[in-house]
Amino acid sequence: MRAQVGSGYFANIKNSTRTIWHGMSITLSYMFRRPITVQYPDRTEVPVRDTLPDRYRGFLEVDMDICTACQACQKDCPIDCIRIDIEGKGKERYMTRFDIDIAKCMFCGLCTENCPTGAIQHTPEFEASALAMENLTFRFISDPVQGVPPYKVEKGVDSYQRKPLGSILSGIIKPWDAPPPVFPDPEPEPEPEAAPEAEPALEADAS
Amino acid sequence: MQAFADKLIQLLEHDPATWEYTQIFYAGVMLAFICLLFFVLVLPLFAGISTWLERKVSARMQSRIGPNRAGPHGFFVWIADGVKLFLKEDLIPAEADHLLFRLGPHLVMVGLCASVVVLPFAAGSTIADMNLALFYLMAVTSIEVVGILVSGWASNSKWSLLGGFRSAAQIISYEIPVALTFMVVALSAGTLSLGGIVAAQGPWPWEWYLVHSPMHFVAFFLYATAALAEGNRTPFDLPEAESELVSGFNTEYSGFRFSAFFMAEFANIWIMNIVGVVLFFGGWQLPFLNDRFTAPIIADGAFDGWALVWTFVSLLVLLAKVSVGVFVVLWLRWTLPRLRIDQMMALCWKYLVPVGILLVILTAAWELVLYEVPSLKWMFPGLLTLVSAGLLFAFLRQTYRNFELSGDTPSLENF
Repeated sequence: MRAQVGSGYFANIKNSTRTIWHGMSITLSYMFRRPITVQYPDRTEVPVRDTLPDRYRGFLEVDMDICTACQACQKDCPIDCIRIDIEGKGKERYMTRFDIDIAKCMFCGLCTENCPTGAIQHTPEFEASALAMENLTFRFISDPVQGVPPYKVEKGVDSYQRKPLGSILSGIIKPWDAPPPVFPDPEPEPEPEAAPEAEPALEADAS
Repeated sequence: MQAFADKLIQLLEHDPATWEYTQIFYAGVMLAFICLLFFVLVLPLFAGISTWLERKVSARMQSRIGPNRAGPHGFFVWIADGVKLFLKEDLIPAEADHLLFRLGPHLVMVGLCASVVVLPFAAGSTIADMNLALFYLMAVTSIEVVGILVSGWASNSKWSLLGGFRSAAQIISYEIPVALTFMVVALSAGTLSLGGIVAAQGPWPWEWYLVHSPMHFVAFFLYATAALAEGNRTPFDLPEAESELVSGFNTEYSGFRFSAFFMAEFANIWIMNIVGVVLFFGGWQLPFLNDRFTAPIIADGAFDGWALVWTFVSLLVLLAKVSVGVFVVLWLRWTLPRLRIDQMMALCWKYLVPVGILLVILTAAWELVLYEVPSLKWMFPGLLTLVSAGLLFAFLRQTYRNFELSGDTPSLENF
């Protein structure tokens, strides 16, 4: 498009006519172009998590088969969203709990950097909206009574076979409107001890 | 209807047969009924559909998709919007002038409903084909300014007041070029009646007033510009400039009162386009769809319903022509930026008004020449039809080139 020519009365008319002509033809041509809108979440051609880059920091996932129970991730976590319980000693040592509260997690990635076997990793999963926030606490040990034994690292090995990224998490993530988990009823409160009987005696002493 | 009016007169303790104001009372009842019908049935429909259309058109022009969830192509989104607006709380600011605040939307709606009375929607179905229709239109559309100014004043808000003032200045200024273009058409048609103007044009494109003479051709663009400004549409939407005045004269309104302004604005687009089509594009006539062709069929009397069918078909023809105009108005909104207030005033008083006066004088002279030498009647229409077709072709070619430059593939999915 040429630059504005002159600024007289008729030049103004000419310029405005020409610019409106060009402007309207440009906008009309846009009517027939392809919209670039990505219709997240339900009308994308492939799920959005499959289009994310490899190193995307999404939800954390732990492969319990190669977890050494070193607790490095728990210690490194700046906001304590990882909780690991270990019971027993020596050969009877078991992990009875490995919870990650992904609602607290700030996706800094410090836990994955210090993991000696690469058991804890980021996945491309990112859809963390849920009706019940309790559902965002991912429990990687499903049966706390049986527990999971720590992985023994063999000497000279520097790579560890891991399950495909995301395969463990897909069994743990619940739908967004799932009800919160039902916890066992709280234990019945202990019977109040028969201590108050002593009080009248004290009063009697005072009088 | 008449019985109902008679009963009302009897309630006023008069005898309908002898009372001297009976005829005027009938007209008043009729007008009230039409306003009610229009307000309840036609206006929300047209205004609602144009909001949906505007959202779709604007979306495509910005490479978006627009509403597409509620109903096919998101069509029912305007019903959802309307229900939402009607359910909102109706707030009146504490410091506002309560009476005027309530009166504002009514005045706007009255101006709008009253202008519908003279519009020829279809063959033989004008509500009142009065011989002063163009003059009446000019008079009645000014009531809207009063409504806007009153609501801006009564809101007791700086933004509303500024919006109302701007609107008054703008609409009063731009009424003059609109009136001048009305004059150009009226000079050729020899009547101010809209039905008469339609009848004076033929069904074929070269018989339309758009190409009647070069003056009419220019007058059409003059009318389009001035009508845009009168309807407060972009690029002349200064009264509602979002970036400067929040929302202009309707900032303080909510709920139903706001939706009345909103509906009036969008219904105004349709009215302005209907007037444009009637004046310059032959109204409800298309080739082979015209009284000349249908009159013998109706007179034949083989089927009593032909007159009704013809009315319906001519209504559809008018709506089709008007929809093209509505699309252009929406398209303009997403193309042109808003003018500054001094630019807008300069455009009106320095360009449109002088050109309009010149056009009226030239048209009058040209009609005199035609009166003396009737054989010149076909000099301009043929030529101008070719010129318009050429311009249209050039425009589409330019559009196609722009499209090719983008290297995109044409896509109409997700429309």
